[in-house]
Amino acid sequence: MLKLLNPIMRLVEIPFLLVQKRLGIGMTAWLFLAPNLALFSLFTFLPIILNFSYATTGGEAILLRDRPDVGFQNFGNLLECENVLDPSSCRNDLFWRAVWNTVWFVVFQVGIMVIAALATAIVLNRKIRARGLFRGVFFFPVLLSPVVVALIWKWILQRNGLLNAGLESLGFETINWLIERHWAFFWSTFISIWAHMGFYTLILLAGLQAIPQDVYEAALMDRASPWRCFRRITLPLLSPTLLVVLVLALIKGVQTFDEIYAFTGGGPGSATTLIMQFIYETGFGVQPRLLGVAAAAAIMLAMVLIFLTALQFWINRKKVDG
Amino acid sequence: MANIELRNVVKRFGALEVIKGVDLRIEHGEFCVFVGPSGCGKSTLLRMISGLEDITGGEVLIDGKPVNNVSAAERGLSMVFQSYALYPHMSVRQNLSFGLENVRTPKDVIETKVRDVATMLQIDQLLERRPKELSGGQRQRVAIGRAVVREPLGFLFDEPLSNLDAELRVEMRGEISSLHRRLGNSMIYVTHDQVEAMTMADKIAVLRAGLVEQYGRPLELYNRPANLFVAGFIGSPKMNFLEGRISADAQTEIVLDSGERLNVPAGKFSGGPDQRVTIGIRPTDLDLSEDGIRLDVGGVEQLGGESHIFGTTADGRKLTLHAQGQTPVAIGEEIRISVPSDRMHLFDTQSGKTLLSA
Amino acid sequence: MARIVAFLTRTRAGKGRMDWTDWVTYGYLLFGIVLMFGPVAWLLLSSFKTGAELERFPPRLLPVAQDTLVVESYDEPLPLFKMIAGDQEGRTLAQIRRVGLIAQMVDPAEPETRLKVNVADREPIERIAFAWNNYTDLFERLNFPLYLWNSTAITLTATAIMLVINSMAAFALSKYKFRGKLTVLALVIGTLMVPGTVLLVPTFLLVSQFGMVNTLWGVIIPGAATPTGVFLLRQYMITIPDEILDAARMDSASEWKIFWRIIIPLSAPAIAVLAILAIMWRWNDFLWPLIVLSENDKFTLQLALNSFQGEFLTDWEKLLPATVLTLLPVAIVFMFLQKYIATGIASTGGK
Ligand SMILES: Nc1ncnc2c1ncn2[C@@H]1O[C@H](COP(=O)(O)OP(=O)(O)OP(=O)(O)O)[C@@H](O)[C@H]1O
Ligand SMILES: [Mg+2]
Repeated sequence: MLKLLNPIMRLVEIPFLLVQKRLGIGMTAWLFLAPNLALFSLFTFLPIILNFSYATTGGEAILLRDRPDVGFQNFGNLLECENVLDPSSCRNDLFWRAVWNTVWFVVFQVGIMVIAALATAIVLNRKIRARGLFRGVFFFPVLLSPVVVALIWKWILQRNGLLNAGLESLGFETINWLIERHWAFFWSTFISIWAHMGFYTLILLAGLQAIPQDVYEAALMDRASPWRCFRRITLPLLSPTLLVVLVLALIKGVQTFDEIYAFTGGGPGSATTLIMQFIYETGFGVQPRLLGVAAAAAIMLAMVLIFLTALQFWINRKKVDG
Repeated sequence: MANIELRNVVKRFGALEVIKGVDLRIEHGEFCVFVGPSGCGKSTLLRMISGLEDITGGEVLIDGKPVNNVSAAERGLSMVFQSYALYPHMSVRQNLSFGLENVRTPKDVIETKVRDVATMLQIDQLLERRPKELSGGQRQRVAIGRAVVREPLGFLFDEPLSNLDAELRVEMRGEISSLHRRLGNSMIYVTHDQVEAMTMADKIAVLRAGLVEQYGRPLELYNRPANLFVAGFIGSPKMNFLEGRISADAQTEIVLDSGERLNVPAGKFSGGPDQRVTIGIRPTDLDLSEDGIRLDVGGVEQLGGESHIFGTTADGRKLTLHAQGQTPVAIGEEIRISVPSDRMHLFDTQSGKTLLSA
Repeated sequence: MARIVAFLTRTRAGKGRMDWTDWVTYGYLLFGIVLMFGPVAWLLLSSFKTGAELERFPPRLLPVAQDTLVVESYDEPLPLFKMIAGDQEGRTLAQIRRVGLIAQMVDPAEPETRLKVNVADREPIERIAFAWNNYTDLFERLNFPLYLWNSTAITLTATAIMLVINSMAAFALSKYKFRGKLTVLALVIGTLMVPGTVLLVPTFLLVSQFGMVNTLWGVIIPGAATPTGVFLLRQYMITIPDEILDAARMDSASEWKIFWRIIIPLSAPAIAVLAILAIMWRWNDFLWPLIVLSENDKFTLQLALNSFQGEFLTDWEKLLPATVLTLLPVAIVFMFLQKYIATGIASTGGK
């Protein structure tokens, strides 16, 4: 197998040999960097700059030269509002609905998920049989694709689905889970927690395992109750990891799109439309394609994310410094 | 034929000057040892010769040709590293043949060369093993084999024995020496162990803080150290030093700080009246005697075949004396020692330079 | 029996019996298994059910199919029923057709005589049967193989490209000293801060400028230079001793050869972790393919799955087996490489 690659490697070696001979070994570093750096500049650095051009131009054209300059109109379109708490008073009411949906989504999703992940991590950190297996069980959904997650749950929640069958057998009325706006929002949050909790459990578990065992033994000698052990030892020692997990979950939660889009399509109405879906649909999903508005919304989202990431770096730094 | 010459070689890492202008010439077939305390720049100098490190200033010449801009691959030297640096994912055979493959040697030639070298170094039984399945000594042999198999113009060794235990170190020392005799190549060998330097070298370069303090044959360095540093560094046990000054009236007399006087042979040393000097004398060269310098004995070690006496002079300097056989001297005694004037070394205290007249 | 209970309730540490915290622990774990694996198991079971069975309410646990029999002078196999009441009680009949509450039946033993029975008097004869044709249909009647191919092509190509260029960059950033290195490192760290999802609009412009809209390359190329991959590999390569590289240089190896013959084999563990992660990311990727690929014949599995669910009607008979096939590779990889994936994801922050 590797033998087959030999002629290719000979060929690739030629430019490296040339640079090495002519310009010295240090310059070959740039050659090694070149492909990655080229793609990076093209599809990361350049878009960062271009995003601003889009955000300040209007029309439906894709090419920048066909787009008229509109200044900050796109931002105005999004932000013009009598009362931001009431989306229907805003010029772009869908944006504000998406914003508030995202806020509530993140509050519930992150809050519940972190608590559940902590509980799971604590359980997995006990002296249990087959820990590897159980860890796998909780981690498994992390690997599923968002669409698969959405479909698995949609199948359970559909009108004739397993959940309604269970309700009926217990004598309750069946519910149209994804047509009722509050239930749709509830289940959107739920499947998102279901899909991502394992990841945070893993990080918290690593954090728990880093707590030296002798601290607990000392506490046992002092006849501390399990609850006191948790409150006075586990929680304080785990709090740096917990903070990292919290911020990480926030960063990801704000960007949630795939599973909810495949699950409810943002509906019913706009009850589960999150900000990423707003950007996608404004720019790509529906006619007319308002790329400028989408870019403006993306910039605002990016500012929130950069703030959160900076927070994460800062926490990490504090963690390292002790 | 490969002589290696350094001309005013300088190395800077940023603002930090590590090698401060070194001139050396290693003749073809010579075994040259760089020795010096840790951090003095031995490895750096060796890596500049190998081509692994850029040369900031000056020139390195191999066979008279400047090689400053020739890459490590093309200088025709090979190197044995302190950590062996074997390729962990390759078998011993692949470790040995990798370099030959890189210079497009035909397969059958590689095969015979690898076999010959493996037999010579007694690693032919290990050819299919990975480095992590070898002992320290075996790894060392493979590392040497990898250097030998390329048939280089010269060998560079960077503290190759420092990871081995004492016994193995003595054994490998002998093997490297005999390898040198057999191959007849130039070798440069870095160590901070002066016993290794004395036993293996044709020539020793003593380095300190990026400068060559003295360059010459081992016994020349031992017998005629050029300065205080070399005198203290070369030779085991370490040389004793006493402080004093040349007497104002008689140039062949030295007044020690303790007030005692020593005679020096006329004409052997240069130096003016009242000049501050440091007298060096090796512990093995001191004799017990009736009169001479007074010494308060602070410790005695009886080894049977020889004995070591540790004492303090009247002006508070520590002095060591190694005597043949067993000694009746006991701790707390006061003894007298004589300093044979033909074994005495004399240095200018301020500059540290030897006062030996040329 | 008591010994079995004692064995099962013995704690791992072996010091005595379970106390209440252990019961809570195992209760929680059991609940976890049901909640995490239950839905997937339900999906798997359901995917083997026939269309009629899928619409049944309340659903049954196992896939069940009605027995059928080929009766003389009827082309199609006829469903079998057991009569539980009425005149024919006790006989086994095949149904020809049903009109309202009356069914036309026939006794397989005497195919000439048609019988009319009340549907309430009979019970279908059923057995557990896996409807494998749900799966074969995917391949025979639908475009599924095409989607599978698109997904596989994107995943493999993108992973290969990413591994090659990321490891090259990681090598340069871990083993060379050169002017500008700090700037490059800072830039790479900087892009870690900017989530790719907010660059959709301009990246789409670039992709369309290169004529890559609606091509697989349009999906593959923009995400190939991940900062995460560079970092993961760089952290690992830093631990390879410089002396080994120097030894290779003394052995006349070119810089490329050092990379290819020394660095790559020695970084194999890290590269393997990154490869697994990359395969997962690409296989599961949704938003970017959704933007780039607009025509059905370029769809990846994820896009196809999403498009299978109709606006009002969802064809679960197709969708369920397709979902199972989509998660199958992930499940297999997971079973064998759980440990690597877990550590890998934990160490990269799972981007
Ligand atoms: N890459 C570098 N950048 C900056 N300073 C360096 C570098 N390499 C070496 N030095 C410095 O140069 C000096 C000489 O280092 P060198 O490794 O040559 O010492 P050495 O004589 O081989 O010591 P040892 O006996 O401990 O191996 C040291 O002070 C070291 O800190
Ligand atoms: Mg060194």
